[in-house]
Amino acid sequence: MSDDRPPAVELRRVTKAFGDRRVLDDVSFVVPAGRSLCLLGRSGTGKSVTLKHIVGLIAPDRGEVLVEGRDITRLSSRQLAPIRQRIGFLFQNAALFDSITVGENVAFPLRRHAALDEAALRARVRQLLDDVGLGGEDDTMPAELSGGMRKRAGLARAMALSPSILLVDEPSAGLDPVTSGEVDTLLAGLRAHAGTTLIVVTHNIDSARVLGDELVFLDQGRVLAQGPVEALDRSEVPLVREFLRAHGTG
Amino acid sequence: MRARLVFTLAAAGDWALFAGRALVEAVRPPYEIAETLRQIYEMGSRSVPLIAVSGLAVGVVLSMHTRASLERFGAEALIPAGLALALVRETGPLTAGLLLSGRIGAGIGAELGAMKVTEQIDALEALAVDSFKYLVVTRVVACIVAVPLLTTVMNFTGILGGFAAESAATGMPFGMYFTHAFSLIHFSDLIPATLKTAVFGFIIASVGCHQGFTTTRGTEGVGQAATRSVVLASILLIAANVLLVRIIFFFYPA
Repeated sequence: MSDDRPPAVELRRVTKAFGDRRVLDDVSFVVPAGRSLCLLGRSGTGKSVTLKHIVGLIAPDRGEVLVEGRDITRLSSRQLAPIRQRIGFLFQNAALFDSITVGENVAFPLRRHAALDEAALRARVRQLLDDVGLGGEDDTMPAELSGGMRKRAGLARAMALSPSILLVDEPSAGLDPVTSGEVDTLLAGLRAHAGTTLIVVTHNIDSARVLGDELVFLDQGRVLAQGPVEALDRSEVPLVREFLRAHGTG
Repeated sequence: MRARLVFTLAAAGDWALFAGRALVEAVRPPYEIAETLRQIYEMGSRSVPLIAVSGLAVGVVLSMHTRASLERFGAEALIPAGLALALVRETGPLTAGLLLSGRIGAGIGAELGAMKVTEQIDALEALAVDSFKYLVVTRVVACIVAVPLLTTVMNFTGILGGFAAESAATGMPFGMYFTHAFSLIHFSDLIPATLKTAVFGFIIASVGCHQGFTTTRGTEGVGQAATRSVVLASILLIAANVLLVRIIFFFYPA
């Protein structure tokens, strides 16, 4: 099947430093539309920073970040807005707005960007919460949710505008293996049924095997290895082999 | 010492740019009207009890002091007018400003600080919402509106407190007290002094928002943001008050 669409996301030689500390060093990768990529690596290797570059929360010192073919690195906040509406972002701790209910959290992007009347908006919120297994939790405050439920609520909010690209930061962090598996299944379902491009930061190689068409292994801000999971399993790089074996059982 | 001075000046410059941007963005569309109204309601309704009770207490105390002073000169008849003038021109605005820098400033610093460290501000941006307009401009505008209104509440309850103290001491009736209280107050006493608290509101909100937006180091940083919001806003407010009183006297000589 030929696909003339530009890649959903492309990083070209992206470099970023905070003070003296270089967090990303010449990072490049391509994620074709509708495909999925997992960013792997030890803590503090720049995985979350990479995700934030893709949604324009951080600008690189050098290099280009292309979203659906457009370089976003020099865009103002206002110019970024329509691009951000096509990107969903599930933060590591869900980043739910803790002063409003779960339902209002999910409704928030719809109220801002979708021309829906109140009844249609309520119906859409209910459907999104049902999809992530949180039906009936509309009026619950975020602080009353467990870690897994918060993550699923965050996913519902990230999916509210039916984004073409979904960025997910550590979907398994702090979750038990069963809940983690449920979140992975939700994400895999989104990719399969909605054709959403998925970029997932994870420590969990089991999640990466389920979710990633391709893996990128980062170490000290550099791409150490990149390819399908089978290729990384056969990697000659000791750290990559060690990481995949050590985390192989989840 | 020199490094400390450079750091302080850099922080002051950063706040000045931040506050200036808030003013510019406030007049530039799109406007977050619903959120601004919600903030005015939140700030106003939650601060009224504090301001009203404080106003009553200040009025009672001021009345007792005024009586003690004026009795020496046999000028007890001037107590209501003297108290009202002192309250409306300076005591009410400055006390309200300082109280609200604690009540509102700390609240803004802690709320935005918590949002910063839990990535809620990043989440707003990722949802294609201008976090500066949504969080900062709305609070700055709301505070500019709310503080003069709350100052008016403090002035009124202060005069009520003064009446309570005077009534207890001399049995002066309500109508007579208020007639005397307002007999010496002119436009130039009330309006400029109340309007200057809009500047206090701007200082309180812009300092609180700046501290919140620049919060680092997790929950410890949130606490520091709240504390610094109160301390810095109070200092700036007192300094601004000196300048504003000078300006008011320039336009309306005593």
